[in-house]
Amino acid sequence: MTALELGQKLKAQFGDLLSEPAEFRGEITLRLTDAERSTPVCAWAKKELGFDYLVDISSVDNYGTDPRWLVVYELYGYAHRCHLRLKTGVSEEKSELPTVTTVWRTANWHEREIYDMMGIRFRGHPDLRRILMWEGYPYFPLRKDFPLAGKASEMPDVAFTHSAPMDGGPFVTVSGGKDAIAREPRVRIPETDSIATNARLERRRDVRAAHAPDHGPPHGTPV
Amino acid sequence: MASMQDIEFKDPPARLAQTFALPDEPSGTPAAVDLPDLPGEKMVLNMGPSHPSTHGVLRIVLELDGEIITQAMPDVGYLHRGDEKIAENMTYTQFIPYTDRLDYLAPLANNVAYALAVEKLMGIDQQLPPRCQYLRVICCELARVSAHLLGLGAFAMDVGALSVFLFTFTEREKIYNLIEALTGARFTTTYTRIGGLARDLPPGWVEQCRRFISEVVANFDESEKLLTRNRIFVDRTRDVGIISRETAIDYGLTGPNLRGAGVDYDLRKAHPYLVYNQLQFDVPVGSVGDCYDRYLVRMEEMRQSVRLLHQCLDQLPGGPDNKAGEPINVPDGKTVLPPKHKVLTSMEELIHQFMLVTQGVNAPPGEIYFGAENPKGELGFYINSRGGGTPHRLKIRAPSFVNLSILPALLPGHMISDVVAILGSLDFVMGECDR
Repeated sequence: MTALELGQKLKAQFGDLLSEPAEFRGEITLRLTDAERSTPVCAWAKKELGFDYLVDISSVDNYGTDPRWLVVYELYGYAHRCHLRLKTGVSEEKSELPTVTTVWRTANWHEREIYDMMGIRFRGHPDLRRILMWEGYPYFPLRKDFPLAGKASEMPDVAFTHSAPMDGGPFVTVSGGKDAIAREPRVRIPETDSIATNARLERRRDVRAAHAPDHGPPHGTPV
Repeated sequence: MASMQDIEFKDPPARLAQTFALPDEPSGTPAAVDLPDLPGEKMVLNMGPSHPSTHGVLRIVLELDGEIITQAMPDVGYLHRGDEKIAENMTYTQFIPYTDRLDYLAPLANNVAYALAVEKLMGIDQQLPPRCQYLRVICCELARVSAHLLGLGAFAMDVGALSVFLFTFTEREKIYNLIEALTGARFTTTYTRIGGLARDLPPGWVEQCRRFISEVVANFDESEKLLTRNRIFVDRTRDVGIISRETAIDYGLTGPNLRGAGVDYDLRKAHPYLVYNQLQFDVPVGSVGDCYDRYLVRMEEMRQSVRLLHQCLDQLPGGPDNKAGEPINVPDGKTVLPPKHKVLTSMEELIHQFMLVTQGVNAPPGEIYFGAENPKGELGFYINSRGGGTPHRLKIRAPSFVNLSILPALLPGHMISDVVAILGSLDFVMGECDR
């Protein structure tokens, strides 16, 4: 049995709850329209279709769209050796969906990680605590509105964070971003840089000193 | 002196059962472990994050009733560096050095797995030149031997056999020399590129590697002589940390831990990538699922890796010095950096080079998952792309992370001294677990 047939069987069982199976690079993906029903769909897929191995659960932050969160389940069956992807959207206001730890016990740590990194809660999870960050850390670092350099936080007697020194540095390049070339260190001209980059450079006295007028323009770039 | 055949294995659980009522199976709820006859209070013991047997920075909070563990709570994350966040902020190629630091005992295998994942997204995984595919298999298998040698040495040392550690590290040193000759770095290799490899083999490397793999087998024999029939080692590992087939699947275990539990599943066989379907090798499978089985599986996997390496070196397209000029990269200037002399002389290649360095490869929008059989288990990458050179989201499915999640179910009921044996046999790396 192929993954497509298994996907169609799942679709036939749950009807409108699932989208038509879509194929990309040989993988079958079904979208679950109602995240609240994830547990019965997964349970049925495991029991009737033999998806006994939950490979992974991922989460995606589609910042600026609704639903903001996308939770992605990678299913696999050892008997038929087929891979199937189930994904479901979760709105930002809700940020909650039922757990699948009752179906596969491996979901326990995956769901804890998603809660820790994205702040999506799993209802019915036996032990929904942070797993990679420490208990009490105030942010969800994989969200798109969390900066790469981090945010300062402090929990007395537990831990603290500072924003990383690379903040404002030359080596953080957003590929394809409009300022990718401007931020390339060898052609940087602080005066013509974007306001945001300049603001970050303000904090880097060493960079400012290197570009001070008496040093001349960096690497012969015309000013 | 008694001969080897006279040694009769004792059955530790049977012996223990006379004193304590042990659960037959690791159960999902640690509270279910019931030890009614023992008087006294339970003690909470903190193990790690810097304990020799936790191999890095794993911390386990143990609740003990005497010497028996009644509850175990692993605490991970001490090595969290935010690799997934970092990946979203750079091009696919720029992330390759970060994969070195996942399972830092097998960086070459991580490089290959990551490159294959991005190539799958771009749809060029079938176009890789044969020489590149063979070289990548050589990388993966060298990494497997290296990682298993360390896992084995550390495992043996944890249960008291210090000399094995010294034996295996001697061989790992030779692998590091090979890797250094190949990639220029011993540890942080960054050898693959999207659509190919950083460089071809240096002169004389194939001969060097052949010599190594014919000699290393003697070292396997030596380690095996020290361990496989060693009374202390067998007593410490046999029937300890038994993971049943169903439990292993339920907890998503992969790699030697899954095969030790009796599941015949190896991604190199089940979903062959690169040229694994053209090579002969066997997949060892355990029968009981205890620490001893996991040790045996790893031991045999190293021998199979050597077998694979022999085949690859013999069949390598283009031969050792590649006089025929077999390509190692896909012939596409928009994916792989063009040769420098062309960049300096030709306009088109100059543009390709500029675009690749500043914008990255042009991946299509879409989402893929690719899992590769790494030394620790299935290393998977889920890539969600909106097009362009940067992933919108890159999720790393780390085998060590998933393999450790079984600890709360596996440890209760065992003696505290069994913890080091179980941790050693699970063979995890925190760099990968915490990402």
